[in-house]
Amino acid sequence: MISCRSLTKTYLSAGRPLTVLKNISLTIESGDFTAIVGPSGSGKTTLLGLLAGLDRPTEGEVSIDGLDLGKLTEDERARLRGERIGFVFQSFHLIPTLTARENVQVPLELRGVSDPAQADELLTRVGLGDRSHHYPAQLSGGEQQRVAIARAFSNRPKIVFADEPTGNLDASTGATVIDLLSSFNREMGTTLVLVTHDTDLASRAHRVIRLADGAVVGDSVA
Amino acid sequence: MSGSRFIFAMARRETRAALRRVGLLTASASIGVGALVAINSFTENLKHAVEQQSRVLMGADLSVSARQAFTPRADSLLDSLACATKPCAALSRVTSFAAMGYVRRTSGTRLVRVAAIEGGYPFYGEIKTDPSGEWARLQDGQQALVDPSFLTALSAHIGDTLSLGESRFLIAGTVLNFPGDIGVRAALGPRVYIPARYLTATGLLGFGSRAQYEAFLRTPDGTDLAGVAGKYRRSLTAERAELRTVDEDERDLKSSYDKLGRYLGLVALIAVLLGGIGVGSAVQVFIRQKRESIAVLRCMGASTKQIFGLYLLQALLLGLTGTALGLLLGVGLQLALPSLVGRLLPVDVTVAPSGKGIGLGIAVGVWVALAFALLPLLGVRRIAPLEVLRRPYEAATRQGRDPWVWLASLALAASVVGLALLQAGNLRTGLWFAAGIGSALLVLWLAALGLIRLLRRNFPTRLRYVWRQGLANLYRPGNQTVAVVLALGFGGFLLCTIALVQTNLLRDLKLDADTSRPNLVLFDIQPDQWSGVESIIKRAGHTVSPAVPIVPMRILSVKGTPVAEILEDTLRRGPKGEPLGRWAFRREYRSTYRDSTVASEKVIAGKWWNADGRLPGSPTDSLVPISVEVSLAAELNITIGDQMVWDIQGVPLATRVANLRDVSWARFEPNFYIVFPTGALARAPQTLVTLTRVDAPEDLGRLQRDVVERYPNVTSIDVSLVQRTIERIIGTVTLAIRFMALLSLGTGLVVLIGALAISRFQRLREAVLLKTLGASRAQVLRVAFAEYLFLGLLATVVGTVLSIAAGWGLMKHVFDGKFRPELPQLLALGLGLTALTVLVGLWNSREVLRKTPLEVLRAEE
Repeated sequence: MISCRSLTKTYLSAGRPLTVLKNISLTIESGDFTAIVGPSGSGKTTLLGLLAGLDRPTEGEVSIDGLDLGKLTEDERARLRGERIGFVFQSFHLIPTLTARENVQVPLELRGVSDPAQADELLTRVGLGDRSHHYPAQLSGGEQQRVAIARAFSNRPKIVFADEPTGNLDASTGATVIDLLSSFNREMGTTLVLVTHDTDLASRAHRVIRLADGAVVGDSVA
Repeated sequence: MSGSRFIFAMARRETRAALRRVGLLTASASIGVGALVAINSFTENLKHAVEQQSRVLMGADLSVSARQAFTPRADSLLDSLACATKPCAALSRVTSFAAMGYVRRTSGTRLVRVAAIEGGYPFYGEIKTDPSGEWARLQDGQQALVDPSFLTALSAHIGDTLSLGESRFLIAGTVLNFPGDIGVRAALGPRVYIPARYLTATGLLGFGSRAQYEAFLRTPDGTDLAGVAGKYRRSLTAERAELRTVDEDERDLKSSYDKLGRYLGLVALIAVLLGGIGVGSAVQVFIRQKRESIAVLRCMGASTKQIFGLYLLQALLLGLTGTALGLLLGVGLQLALPSLVGRLLPVDVTVAPSGKGIGLGIAVGVWVALAFALLPLLGVRRIAPLEVLRRPYEAATRQGRDPWVWLASLALAASVVGLALLQAGNLRTGLWFAAGIGSALLVLWLAALGLIRLLRRNFPTRLRYVWRQGLANLYRPGNQTVAVVLALGFGGFLLCTIALVQTNLLRDLKLDADTSRPNLVLFDIQPDQWSGVESIIKRAGHTVSPAVPIVPMRILSVKGTPVAEILEDTLRRGPKGEPLGRWAFRREYRSTYRDSTVASEKVIAGKWWNADGRLPGSPTDSLVPISVEVSLAAELNITIGDQMVWDIQGVPLATRVANLRDVSWARFEPNFYIVFPTGALARAPQTLVTLTRVDAPEDLGRLQRDVVERYPNVTSIDVSLVQRTIERIIGTVTLAIRFMALLSLGTGLVVLIGALAISRFQRLREAVLLKTLGASRAQVLRVAFAEYLFLGLLATVVGTVLSIAAGWGLMKHVFDGKFRPELPQLLALGLGLTALTVLVGLWNSREVLRKTPLEVLRAEE
């Protein structure tokens, strides 16, 4: 379960404070598929970063499974991410010097576990079983994003955050990616939090939270 | 444990791809390490060779030498010394002096170094002759063995007759090698060896001649040399004879090579430090490339420790690779060194890898890679996982001071000081070296910050667009001005300093090529031979300079203390506690008398005497006033007003120091340590020196022959011949120095490339954007040109100014020489460095020209 209370984030931009998120409180239940939508600059990516513990809020608190992220150190939050959270990014962010299989292995290896068989199984699951020795540069955008999904689920996370996962892909490839994400969500019971400005994509979620100018302006459950 | 497994697995995978890209890092480390290994190993080899060959170098176990014939007491001491062991030691005597060698058949004359040998010298080592075995037969008759160069110079051959003074010797063969004889000495003339029993007949050791008298002893095996030496040293010293054991010679020679090696090692250390800067730049570029991957790893739960460890390990691996390459380079250099400097060495050096040199090389290489990589590496701890989602806001990422950065800087500074101390071998030199480097970096850093501030406050808004853009790149967000100016300026500073010191050192050694100056010196002329010599020269059509009288003398007492007492007191110290040069008390002085100064000297303290030989202001002083050369005065610890008593051919003469002179010795002119008033010495036994100028070499040879035929005791020196020999030797020394400078230049180039690569990624993106917005390739290039021109100019100007300060300090305090900034040389170096900066910068930008905007923007996503 993810919850946040009175979340505010202010950046210093060219010496002046710029408030990106204003007083946001919400709770996301375990196993849920939630989409955060809103126009460009509405603060959705910032909210995702805060919920995932990638950044600290200016005010307010975030907790994951009852753990207050504000009370954790940078490295404790990193460990929490490594154990319970997976990420899928708009521009894939695979490590260019590692092969597909090695990329998928990274989250487990960070915890000292080496399980190439599991990585191969995940790659097969996303339809890339025969590409495990390829480097990111040798893969297409859609293929890279599928490797990224395999990587996001390799540590069997409780939550997966996806930031515009189809933003760099064409419509049909994007659809495959969303199918994969939602099937993982169903089969593994993983909480899925998706940030997008694509309303079609958002319609696949159980719950849609709308942001505008850093504030929640809508929250609907399908 | 789990963390380290990840680090190793990741490092293995990452370096697989990175090696090519960060080859710079390895190259930076290797050149300096190579130079250091080569020099330290070679010094070890040299010291080992001295150890192995010290007996051969001396040719004996003990030697006693004097600048005058042994006194009867010295002779009896020598006899008793020889029989201090059971059985008695073998004794051999050698008398060496300079004289004119003359071969009548070819009409050739040449100044030679005669060694008259009595007994079995040398006792160790083998002298090769042609025909072989002639050394053993030297004593068989009135014959001589000569250096092959003597025969070449005089077009003579074996079997010719050689005239030395009044005697004639059969040239029986040539000496191919003489242990311990080094190339430098050849400047004084080729060697001629004769049996000692024919020495007196030559008539060359008459009044005023200068000779070295040596006795060599071979003691039975197992003799306690130090014990024997200790028993006789004092009494021999009092007789103005110096006793040395083979161990002392070995120790002194080893220590002077050690010192030389350490100084050259400091130059190598500069290359190492330059390499360190290269490592720092390369790591910074590397981290920049890895930023995104690092942020992703952080998202996936990697701890800062894991990330830091991962990249530290990679830096270490690359440092090790660089060090290994450096070791290979070093061993290669070491093999090349004997052919570079071998002629200057008295020993045959066997080049072998030295464990100590290699061990130090590995330690220094790895340490420098780590110490210099640490600062940029610490930056990886600051890369936030959030960077995956958005580029960091400048202000948001600037957090408080990181104590680790301070600690790493401290460790870096400590390493520089530590390495300097280790290589210099003494605290003072090491600290000065480190302080020099530290202040140079500080000044460069301040200059870069100053420029940024100046540009930000007073930007020249009226410049044309490309210049404005290029200049603005120096201070806008993401600029690398400080890093590039530091690396580039420091490299330039070191290179210019080496070049300046080299020029200034060599200028002192450069001989005057003025064609109007005398080039033939004739000395040892007896007063009754003067008119004869003068008329020979005048008849040949040359001008004669006035004869300069020379009176040989010794010091009897200084400030009332007899010299024998001073010489026996080994603990005598100067005013600052430094040991006093005993040589200055023991030596024979060849002084002159005149009542005015000459062009090559200047009175710097006290007054010159009047024509009547009395000092102005103290006409009643009964002591004779003398003028003393200033460095000798320091050596003897005397000053104006002090009394000295001289022994002039057995007659004591009491004098008082009236003035101190600064003498320019570099010219071939008769200059003197001590000058007397005419009245005091006019009737003392003396010889005369004169100079003349003869342009055509054949005329010069004829004049030398005419003089030596008539007056065989008169020695003449062809200055241009000496000059050429000295220039050849200097050439060899210069080659060694240039070689070191070249190594630094090589490293400097690598550093330059590395430093500019730092700013490359930033600029690449900007340039592509400009192209997208419609800038032509020429405009983009001009912006880059402007930026690199400003960077290069700032760095070189500051580096050059710093090098003038450093060059001045080194010349004044280390080399005791005069300093003159060679502006044309500095200007050339500065322009060259700036041009190089621009070229490397533009070369870095070539990708912009090749790639389409879309390609780059896509890759940058």
